[in-house]
Amino acid sequence: MIDCVENRLLTSRRGLLLGGASFAAWAYLPKFARAADGRDPRLIVVILRGALDGLSTVAPIGDPDYAGLHGSIALAADGAHPAIMLDSFFALHPAMPEFARMYRDRHAAVIHAVATPYRDRSHFDGQDVLESGYAGPGRVQSGWLNRALEALPRGERVSSGLAVGPTTPLVLRGSAPTVGWAPVALPQADDDTAMRLAELYRHRDPALATALSQGLQLDKAAAGDDMKAKRGNAVAQMRQAGRGAAKLMAADDGPRIAALAFDGWDTHANEGGPVGRLAFLLGGLDGALAEFETGLGDRWRYTVVVIATEFGRTVRINGTDGTDHGTGTIALLAGGAVKGGRVIADWPGLKLANLHDARDLKPTTDLRSVIKGVLQDQFGLSDRVLAETVFPDSAGARPLNGLVA
Amino acid sequence: MARDTQAALVALNRFGFGARGGASGDLINASSDPRGFVKAELARPNGVLLEAPGLQSTPQLGQAVFAYQDQVKQAREAAKEIASEMAEAKPADKTARPDAMQPNAATPPAAKPSGQPLNVIQKTFRAEALARLQRATLTECGFTERLVAFWSNHFCISAGKGELVRIWAGAFEREAIRPHVLGRFADMLKAVEQHPAMLFFLDNQQSLGPDSRAGQNRKRGLNENLAREIMELHTLGVGGGYTQGDVTSLARIITGWTFAGRKGQLGPPGSFVFNVNAHQPGPQALLGKTYEAAGLAQGEAALADLARHPSTANFIAAKFVRHFVADDPPPALVVRLRDAFVKTDGDLKVMATTLVDSDEAWKAPLTKMRSPYDFLVASGRLLARVPEDPSRYLNGLNLLGQPLWSPPGPNGFPDTNAAWAAPEGIKLRLDIAAQIGARLGNNIDPLDLLEFAAADAASIETRKTIERAESRQQALALLLMSPEMQRR
Repeated sequence: MIDCVENRLLTSRRGLLLGGASFAAWAYLPKFARAADGRDPRLIVVILRGALDGLSTVAPIGDPDYAGLHGSIALAADGAHPAIMLDSFFALHPAMPEFARMYRDRHAAVIHAVATPYRDRSHFDGQDVLESGYAGPGRVQSGWLNRALEALPRGERVSSGLAVGPTTPLVLRGSAPTVGWAPVALPQADDDTAMRLAELYRHRDPALATALSQGLQLDKAAAGDDMKAKRGNAVAQMRQAGRGAAKLMAADDGPRIAALAFDGWDTHANEGGPVGRLAFLLGGLDGALAEFETGLGDRWRYTVVVIATEFGRTVRINGTDGTDHGTGTIALLAGGAVKGGRVIADWPGLKLANLHDARDLKPTTDLRSVIKGVLQDQFGLSDRVLAETVFPDSAGARPLNGLVA
Repeated sequence: MARDTQAALVALNRFGFGARGGASGDLINASSDPRGFVKAELARPNGVLLEAPGLQSTPQLGQAVFAYQDQVKQAREAAKEIASEMAEAKPADKTARPDAMQPNAATPPAAKPSGQPLNVIQKTFRAEALARLQRATLTECGFTERLVAFWSNHFCISAGKGELVRIWAGAFEREAIRPHVLGRFADMLKAVEQHPAMLFFLDNQQSLGPDSRAGQNRKRGLNENLAREIMELHTLGVGGGYTQGDVTSLARIITGWTFAGRKGQLGPPGSFVFNVNAHQPGPQALLGKTYEAAGLAQGEAALADLARHPSTANFIAAKFVRHFVADDPPPALVVRLRDAFVKTDGDLKVMATTLVDSDEAWKAPLTKMRSPYDFLVASGRLLARVPEDPSRYLNGLNLLGQPLWSPPGPNGFPDTNAAWAAPEGIKLRLDIAAQIGARLGNNIDPLDLLEFAAADAASIETRKTIERAESRQQALALLLMSPEMQRR
């Protein structure tokens, strides 16, 4: 009997892991959350691990070199699955109708030809730079979102449930307390056993004592919640993670700031064009955005979702109808608080001479500027905190203001 | 001879899979000669190999997948024919259950009814897993099995990539990793990069030299995935001194490294082949050296040089010490292992011996967390339960975030306390320990088990916690979760 329960639930968790979704959030309400003006800002950071092909997500179909270079997987304004024109130059992947709708309603924006300061092509270093907020790899003790939280006035501890996934993404790791939750309901150790173990750890292993007491609190907080993992493909799992995050964040005493990570964007082979592998993943991402919007309800109005990836992919497709590791890519913003309806790009062009290392989209906007702009507009962080603490040594990357309404 | 129980814990936990319960006498044996206990396994290089009835070679397994896929296809076509015949026969029959015609509508894809028979891929994966788990449970110290797990994670493939990698995952480890764990790094590297599972996992079987005959005919070309990971993850390490140009060069050099497909045009289906028609012709420059056109030998020469590169020695030595000793590896020990690696041209047995002979490895406190795999295996050993079915282990590994042979990326599973001592992970371990306690607690004496696991090296607090437990079940759960069982 127990085995049966075990199997069912463990399969769900495995599905979740394969889907690559994880979610963690800040454990406190920021003080200003109940400020007199009634504005109660929320921020969701979505990390796409594996390097998103920005040129296939928001295609520069007005660039005369795009169709030739992106070859068999290039998007087009016509055909059976036409891309959605965002302006006269850029077109959105047809698998993202929800984002397109938000864009039309001026609640979504695209920043193109963007990159972190990292210029090599290792996923793992690239993700470290993206999430740590340092200018180079090798600093993995804390993430920029956590350091931004530390700079906020700390309010009450969040008491209701938190979020999905067995590990905290680096972006939210650090000394500001955060919480994560995994939707598992296997037969649990009883409280008495847990308390005895906590007592043993308290005497013999303080690090495990801390970990266990946090693990127990989270579990309590989530008890009674119906957000059990449902089996399904990556798309369903992205939606589900979005739904779970939104539900938790919509609560009066829910976290205002959260991070999710979706895996699987490393499209080296058979990436697909308007349909295919990337289209499938983008559909999941689009679904997660819809879930954020629905689940947050009235709070969506003050929400910004930032979607970022470690780097882009080659402009020219490789020999296997995919793309290899590149540099410049896109960042996406969505949410009721976004001043949207625009593609922000200092477009470098796709002529060979304009490409980075003669192969990648040349970055013309520093991703840190985008994020700094959002953090400043949304939470009022100062230039100095942003340039020294949140993104150390980034004074050269000025906050890009005006992204938030 | 003086007994040193603390050193026995290092021997069994840092280097091995923990003491076995029952009549093994592991802790006593290890405490009389801790180093000798660990090194005994190194003297039996054939003991690393894994053969079990029914485990098949990579080509045999590849052919089994091809046959299975053909069967599925035929069955699907036959079902389609029957369905269309039935539709013609009863065009107006509306009484048929509509949902029966749409099996995908309501059933999520992963939800396999437990009664359904396993296919050849699932059966093979489970058989391979079981053989590995049984070996880990039964082996004396477990040092060589820990080495296998280390190298298997270093050169990881992921079963999540597809049916072929899933069926090949165990064979890959048996064929490419195990024979070289006490041999030479260069030999392991070559075996790994020429193994069909790796070629498939990192897309090299699709990569064509742009100027090769196949590249020209099919208008397809390079995929640099495997070439990059060979340098970044398998040999030099990131920052090891290679450029984007080197990645592209190595990708060209190893074009044509593939495996024969189901039609067997290039060789026995599922076996490694060098396809000269896909190979980029001409010399290539890599890391400042020119490799003349030499077909397969061009890539083998490049791999041999990568294996011998100073960055490789540094990268491997640091990773090895980090795995066995501490998240922040003692620098002097890393240097000693690096030098041993360089001096012996990558003799992995010498490197392992150097580690066991060092003082640092015995003096460093036992602060590393056991990985989920180590934890489950160590628990099984202590309870003297040889697994007869891998399900509990596989489910536990999935739950704890270390699904067998299925890491989230080509860099393998993490190896640090930050990864395995996270709050959610500890809570889930406790839940699993409580389940084991509930299932097996009434048959054991928890204090006996503590004697087998740690004896007088156990802390007073751990001993008291177990003595005072309200039930045997609870005592077993607490023992499995004690620092003595969690840290290595």
